[in-house]
Amino acid sequence: MNEKAMRKHRWQSGIFLLIILVLTYLSSAITKFNFVEGMATIPEAIGWIFSNLMVTQESLDKLPKILEKLAETIFMSIAATTTAAIVSLFLGVFGSKTTKVNNFLSIFARFVASVSRNIPVVAWSLILLISFGQNSVTGFLALFAGTVGFLTRAFIESIDEASQSSVEALTATGATYFQVVSKAVIPQCLPQMVSWVLFMVETNIRNATLVGILTGTGIGYTFDMYYKLLNYNAVALVTLCIVITVIIVDLISNHVRKVIL
Amino acid sequence: MSLLKVEGLGKSYTADKQILKNINFDIKQGEFISIIGPSGAGKSTMLRCINRMVDFQEGKITFNHQDVGSLNKKELRNLRTNIGMVFQHYNLVPRLTVLENVLHGRFGYKTTLQGILGRYTEAEKEHAFYLLEKMGIHEHAYKRCNQLSGGQQQRVGICRALIQEPQLILCDEPIASLDPNSSKIIMDHLKSISTEMGITCLVNLHQVDVAQQYSDRIIGLNNGEVVFNGKGHELSEEKIHKIYGTQTKQLIIA
Repeated sequence: MNEKAMRKHRWQSGIFLLIILVLTYLSSAITKFNFVEGMATIPEAIGWIFSNLMVTQESLDKLPKILEKLAETIFMSIAATTTAAIVSLFLGVFGSKTTKVNNFLSIFARFVASVSRNIPVVAWSLILLISFGQNSVTGFLALFAGTVGFLTRAFIESIDEASQSSVEALTATGATYFQVVSKAVIPQCLPQMVSWVLFMVETNIRNATLVGILTGTGIGYTFDMYYKLLNYNAVALVTLCIVITVIIVDLISNHVRKVIL
Repeated sequence: MSLLKVEGLGKSYTADKQILKNINFDIKQGEFISIIGPSGAGKSTMLRCINRMVDFQEGKITFNHQDVGSLNKKELRNLRTNIGMVFQHYNLVPRLTVLENVLHGRFGYKTTLQGILGRYTEAEKEHAFYLLEKMGIHEHAYKRCNQLSGGQQQRVGICRALIQEPQLILCDEPIASLDPNSSKIIMDHLKSISTEMGITCLVNLHQVDVAQQYSDRIIGLNNGEVVFNGKGHELSEEKIHKIYGTQTKQLIIA
């Protein structure tokens, strides 16, 4: 790059920054969002949080009930993720370029993945709520649907990336399709796949809270109930429980990842 | 008696470019044949036509009295079991052990379920160890393949081909990613396979001198056509020029 080009490059960066500033100003003007006013309410909001969202002795009495619901949510997330992983494994194998059986199945797998991934989990919950009613099956299915899409996509990419050469070699020895998949593709992609599944378990525990609020199941329902009863101390306890759980799951999955990779 | 007969073989991936044009040759049992030619001449494609890893449109390939082009799925599997293949990048499953990779060569003889469950007989395991010992890598049998050097991995690849008990081994540039020392070891092993075990070897090579030193016969390929087919000492300066075109000469002068 010569001097002239460099100077031009710097000019471009300046203009780019200016455009972003203008865009920010215009957006806040259109939406009537006042930055200064917004900032001014922060101290008050923090004050409210500290005076209301405190875990008290009284709310601690509700802990066993909350933990029970929390356990239900965790198990629901794990069940949704693992069942989705099994379905995604097949879709991933059929969808990948290296291991596809035929074009129809490949396109079908990619289509299923893209549909289920592009509908947000919130929308899934609301759609399924209408058809399945307010129970934990709805929550399970909502998480399952979102997870299948994401995991299929991730699995297709892992398979495409990792196994082309050994698939060719095993096919050349006269191995059958399922022998090739089980002995060349799966062993090679397994660490990455497990890693993606763990990531989805974490994400689903977080999502389960939101899905629970919408579908009236698990910890999300508990949260929603106390919130509507204006029992903010209990709300604080529920939130704390969720945060601690997510951190613990995060630590466990990081450790597992370190061991397998 | 010829083991492999190729007549009028033609192949194109796209309508406007013909990769292979009217290729004819004959290979006898136990011969060691090198195929040389510039990159993109169609060497790899030709090798893959023989075990139908690539489907061809024109011509006829006869292997062991079988018409390769007309085989159904089951017969094709049987054919591939009889033909071993060795690759430039070894194409092992890196996370599995050396022993497992060698035993993968037995899949052609097994049912799908036996393969998935990894049921190998004692005789097969002993054979695997015998081959690993012959290649001098038996002490690595339980190591993961990605812990081995390139030359060692290629020897695992050869073991995998040999355990198939094939009549023909196809080698797609087996030494192109190896240093001179490892290359010599691999070529010596391949040579002894053809002389001692009587297995025919068809080897794609980039090095003319290596081809001349090891082969019983050399086939020169340029732009999808056979331009030379003869013994190593018959390969004159002029013939080499014909195979590689003008590029080599320019490279040497420059």
